[in-house]
Amino acid sequence: MSHLLLGLAITAAQILLGLAMACASFRILRGPRAQDRVLGLDALYLAAMLLLLTYGIQTGRTLFFEAAFIIALLGFAGTVALAKFLMRGEVIE
Amino acid sequence: MIQAPDLPPWAALIVGICLLLGASVTLIGTVGLVRMKTFYERLHPPTLGPTLGTAFILMASITCFSAMQSRPVVHEILIAVFVTLTTPLTLMLLARAALYRDRLAGDMSVPGDDDNGPSSPAVTRDAQGSPPPN
Repeated sequence: MSHLLLGLAITAAQILLGLAMACASFRILRGPRAQDRVLGLDALYLAAMLLLLTYGIQTGRTLFFEAAFIIALLGFAGTVALAKFLMRGEVIE
Repeated sequence: MIQAPDLPPWAALIVGICLLLGASVTLIGTVGLVRMKTFYERLHPPTLGPTLGTAFILMASITCFSAMQSRPVVHEILIAVFVTLTTPLTLMLLARAALYRDRLAGDMSVPGDDDNGPSSPAVTRDAQGSPPPN
């Protein structure tokens, strides 16, 4: 019983996080200016990271944790580089 | 496809509730990202995900793996520390970049720069002849 309920909760959490990713990609596609798109990308990688963590809980493998950690690291670098690009026009000066 | 790890009932309860709460909070944040009108309003709602949403889902992950391996597994705290440290940094950089672009574009709705720090761009006030607000 608790096994079934836990499975339902994990699937519902994955659906909710997928909807969150859809909202973020809507902002990426629609966003009127460049900074809106960068903000949408930030929200998108964060929701993807949380989704990977729920997959890790579902399957019981620690591989997904490593993937989520790498997404957190590289997403930060990507957003900082994009913000710097918006401000200066180039990333490395 | 319903698949779940074999957990004792107390752990299953904690994991399920934490997962649902974290996913809902993250979804609320991104819905705010869609519904807000201006960019500076849109900066605020996505911060729900990195703080409360990540905390709940990482708590669920810690509980799940600790109950499965019957020893405390805390390396998820790495993600928590990293995301908590980096999110304010990136959003503040993004806000400053957007402010800089708005000032360059001559947008009157953003405040002018009245702190002439070394990194703040001195662009708009002289170009437009408008006094600084407040």
